[in-house]
Formats: sequence, structure tokens, C-alpha cells
Amino acid sequence: MNTATLTDPALDPAYDLECSNIHKSFGAVRAVDDVSFKIPKGSFFSILGPSGCGKTTLMRMIAGFEDPTSGDIQIKGKSVLNTPPNKRNVKMVFQHLALFPMMNVYENIAYGLRCIGTDKAEIERKVRDVLERIALPDVADREIHQLSGGQKQRIAIARCMVMDPDVLLLDEPLGALDLKLREAMKIELKLLQHQFNTTFIYITHDQSEALVMSDHVAIMNEGRFEQIGRPEDLYHNPQTSFVAGFVGDSNRWSGRVTAVEGGEYRVETEAGLVMTSARAVGQGISTGKEVSIFVRPEFITARKTSSEGSGNAQNALQGRVDSVLFNGANSRVLVRDPVGELIEADVVVTGGAEDLRAGDDVTLEWSAAQTMCFAV
Amino acid sequence: MQSDIKRLSLILLFAPFALWIALLIILPHMGMVVLSLREKVAPRVYEFGFGNYIDFINEPIYWNTLLRTGSMSILVTFLALLIGFPIAYYIAKIAGKRSRGALFLLCLIPLWVSDLIRAFGWILLLRETGVISSFLTDIGLIKQPIEFLYNDITVIIGLVYTVILFMIVPLVSTLDGMDNAMIEAGYNLGGNGFTVLRRIIVPYAMPGIVSGCIVVFMMTAGSYLTPILLGGKNSSWFTEQIYDQFITRFNWESGAAFGFLLLAFTSVVVWIGLRLTGQTLANTVAKS
Repeated sequence: MNTATLTDPALDPAYDLECSNIHKSFGAVRAVDDVSFKIPKGSFFSILGPSGCGKTTLMRMIAGFEDPTSGDIQIKGKSVLNTPPNKRNVKMVFQHLALFPMMNVYENIAYGLRCIGTDKAEIERKVRDVLERIALPDVADREIHQLSGGQKQRIAIARCMVMDPDVLLLDEPLGALDLKLREAMKIELKLLQHQFNTTFIYITHDQSEALVMSDHVAIMNEGRFEQIGRPEDLYHNPQTSFVAGFVGDSNRWSGRVTAVEGGEYRVETEAGLVMTSARAVGQGISTGKEVSIFVRPEFITARKTSSEGSGNAQNALQGRVDSVLFNGANSRVLVRDPVGELIEADVVVTGGAEDLRAGDDVTLEWSAAQTMCFAV
Repeated sequence: MQSDIKRLSLILLFAPFALWIALLIILPHMGMVVLSLREKVAPRVYEFGFGNYIDFINEPIYWNTLLRTGSMSILVTFLALLIGFPIAYYIAKIAGKRSRGALFLLCLIPLWVSDLIRAFGWILLLRETGVISSFLTDIGLIKQPIEFLYNDITVIIGLVYTVILFMIVPLVSTLDGMDNAMIEAGYNLGGNGFTVLRRIIVPYAMPGIVSGCIVVFMMTAGSYLTPILLGGKNSSWFTEQIYDQFITRFNWESGAAFGFLLLAFTSVVVWIGLRLTGQTLANTVAKS
């Protein structure tokens, strides 16, 4: 699953960025390995992956700071391989923003326009205009160190957007912000992208950033794209075990298929739990095959064993509540199953007497359709 | 009690520094001020007055020497910056992590040899019977041996060589603190190499540049050995003039006045330099 095209007939067929079969090696290390993708005009595209997966290298190649070992990068249909970074109409928001501390806000934004020789009155107009659009009309004369974290962020974006780029690259720009501000900036970034209607390519290792903001997300691992798709597709229909494990939370087991029967797979985990799966992804899953099994906590219902259950779930386990992890609407219980492993399940904590408490005997139930198996 | 101990330890720590400043800097200079303001009216008879300073103004050779020393020092500073900046940039930004330390050490090695020996090294190379001259005659490029010593160019080369390290060190430390992403951002936003250098790298490195220039200028203007050994009688360096007054002519009063004039002159040049670049002593020399 290395080549993927986002085919959405509702979108403009013109692609702002197209990468085909990009390879990049540093000595014997393959940082980026056969990556191909196309990004439609005006969309918010994220590349999500653990650190060291090659996403920053990929971005630096798009910006022109690195040359791919092989493959082609096209911006608006034209190959940019022989275009130096300062001639590419791709702007970049750096991880630590890289605002110029010796210039004030106005000078920072005007820098790019001066480089391309825009005349003075035009620069003035454009800078005022972009400051208006990022809702910071009064900061033009401030020094960089006088700005707050969120303001710096917006200035860094404005500095790029004033150049009217074909593609804006963002390299984990929220990493340095505190949690509250990061949450606010996620929404802000999405709004800014809508407003400028420019293609944003966002690099992150934080899945919630990628899922919340993006139209499409590419999951990258060890230099390869594992899967490209809409955030909900990645979450609900992962194509590889890496994607299933990386996006969202999951209970995960290693096991073996013991029987295949009418599209349903009997699997037994290494510790001896037996469950039924109706979702096997990957070729050649048959009796005796090793598989990885994933079940998301929100699809597991935990009820007190003494209470009456619906009884129609294909999978059921007895266990005892080990602890309750209270986190408002996202509360969870950790249940010790018969073989001694801990299983996470989402619960509703109402504060009433029927809430689960540590030590309660519970029955865990989930459907076969929510039990995903991947060939190892 | 606790605060008394703290205060005592502070005083003890500070004492050597205070003694050094008071005994070796302030006290001698006060003596020099007093000395420079004494006029000799008869053998062993002195009067208070500005005669020594007036002598300096009335004798063109004195202030010409000072101006010459000043302008040559500025030239040396400029050359040291011109040569030192690319070296510092290479060490701080281009060289790999491992070679960086080795390169820095290479720059430091000349400091292990005394000034005098280094100057004699140049003499060995440049004199009429020296290495370069005899090599050029041997390969037949010149008929007669050439004397490379005792001219301004040699003095300037020698001085640049002596002081360039003091330019490189502060430059490396400021450039080292610069995020590479800032240079990349400069290119990314459409700047070419020259724009990035002029609008981003140089302004960022300004504190280091000014600090290096101040140190180098002060060292050059106050140097004695290199101009004398490499420039000979023609060097007309102002420190030589001061030496003459003190030692040869035994005119301590006039020598003290000259010493003060050199200090005042270099201070004024540094002040003008700071004003022109919009820097302050606090964020340049005090930082590196």
C-alpha cells in the first residue's frame, strides 16, 4: 500500500502537489522509501508518523532542502527537482517557527516580498492585509520577543501566506506550545486553512492534531506510507496492523487462527483467550496463520456480571475491574481477564450507584465485526 | 549570621578581582594621569599643566603616527573580519559535529607559541635571505633576492595573523547559537544567498561581529612587538612612540600623556563603531 491516489470526484482534478516514487537514502539508511501521493487543490493533508519515520525528510525534499535519490516532485504539474528552494512557490512553517529575531513583525512578513522585489506600497498593503486576516492588525511594530506563543505561530503562517504559496508546509509547529494553546491552535489552523484556501501539508507525530484538522491523512512508518485516507477511514478501516495500532487506542493481542467458517474467524491468543472476528485484513489468512488482533476500547461494553446483558455479542469474557480511570466523558475501566491480562473498555461514569468500581465482577462483550485481525 | 557568612564569602571571592583592578589598572592609571599633567620647566622642577598634550598637538609627527596607527588598525580589523567570518561560519554551520572541535583547536594552536616566536617565524619566511625569497630565486622567478620585511603590507599581514583568532571565537559562538532553520527560512521565503547573508546571517551575528571587532581593534592598536619586528623603523606605530618617550628619551611625562591619548583615541573609535552599528557594550563584548 505505497501508491495511493485520492480520488474524489467532488474535488478539482488539478493537484497542487504530486510526488511519485520518491526515494531518499542517507548512506545505507533509507529515510524515505518509494512514496507516492497526490494532494488535491486546497486541501489539508497531514503526514502522521512516529519520530524518525522520514516525514521531516520528505517535507524537506518538497521544500527543496534535500534532493530525492530518485523519484519526482511536481508542484502544479511542473517538476521542481531542478528548482532551488528559493525559487519554489512552497513556503514552510518551521518547527520552532524560525522567525527572525532581529526584525519586527512587519519586517518579518515583508522579508519575502522584498526578496521578490515587490514595490514598497504593495508590500505595505499586503502586510496590512495579511495581518488583518490572521486577526492581529495591531502587532506590525512589535518585536518578535514581545509576542505570545500563539501570536508567533500566526505570524509565522502570515509570513508564508503573504507570498501566496501553492503549498504551505507545516513541520510540527504546535509541538512547542502548551496543551491548552495547542488545542486552540488546532481549530485556528483549520480555520486559517479554510480562509486562505491554500493546500496545507502538516507533519506531526500527534494523531489528534492530524485527525482533527485534516481532510486526508497519510500514515508513515519506516520511510513508507502505510495508508492514505480520510481520518475516519484510517480509524475505522485500517489497512495494516501498524495503522490499527498507531491511530487511536486499541486492545491488542497476538494470536493464531484456529478455524474459518462463513467469513468468521476463530482466533486464539497466545495466552489462550478465544474470540471471533469478522474482519480479517490482509491476504492468505487461513487456519493456523499468525495474526494480530485489535479491539478498540469504545466497542467493548463492560457490565456487571450480575446484571442482565443483551446476550447477542459474539465475544464475551468474564473479568474483574482492576481500576477505573476517570476522565469525564472519556472514562475507562481496566479489567483483569481470566488469563491475567488487562483489557481497556470505555464506560460511562454517571456518579450513581450502578457505576463500576474496582473489584466488581464484570462481563466484557464486543461484536465480531469490531474485532480486527491482521496477518503478521 | 547566615547572611554574614554569605557576605564574607562574597567579599573573599571578589577580593582578588578587586585587588587586580585597583592595584594594576586603576592605581597605575591614576599615576599616569598625574604624571602626564606635569610639565618639566627645569631639571627636576615640574609644574602642573597641559604642556605634554599641547606638545602632541603641535608636533604633526605625533598625531600623524596616531592617525596612521588608528587607520591601519581599522584596516587590520576589517581584514580580520573579512577572513575570519567565512572561517567562523564554516566551523559553526557547515562542519560536522566531530570536525568542529578539531577545527576550533587548530585555530587555537598558534596561541600556544609566544608572540615573539611567531613574529620571528614571519621574519624567517620573509627576510631577504628567507625562505620565500630564496625559493623564488631558486626557481628563477626573480633575479635578485627581495626584502619582504619592513613594509606596511607585511605589518598588516602579521597583525591580521596574530589577532584573527580573537575575531573567530566570538563569531563562532554567536553563529553557533543561530538556528539553522532561520537560514533555511531565509531561502524558503525567496531570498538568494546574498540576501540571506545580508538580511539574516549578518544582522543575527552583529553582536559577535562588533565584539570581535572591538577586541581585535584594541589589540592591534595597542600591539608593539609585531609592528616593530615586521615593520622595523618604518612602522611608525604609536606604541613605539610611547616606548621611545619612556625608555629612549626618558620623558615619562610625555609618554604618559601619549598613553592616555591612545586610550582616548581607541575608546572614541570603539564608541563610534558601536553607534554606527546600533550595538551596546552590554550585548556584545559582555556576552561573548
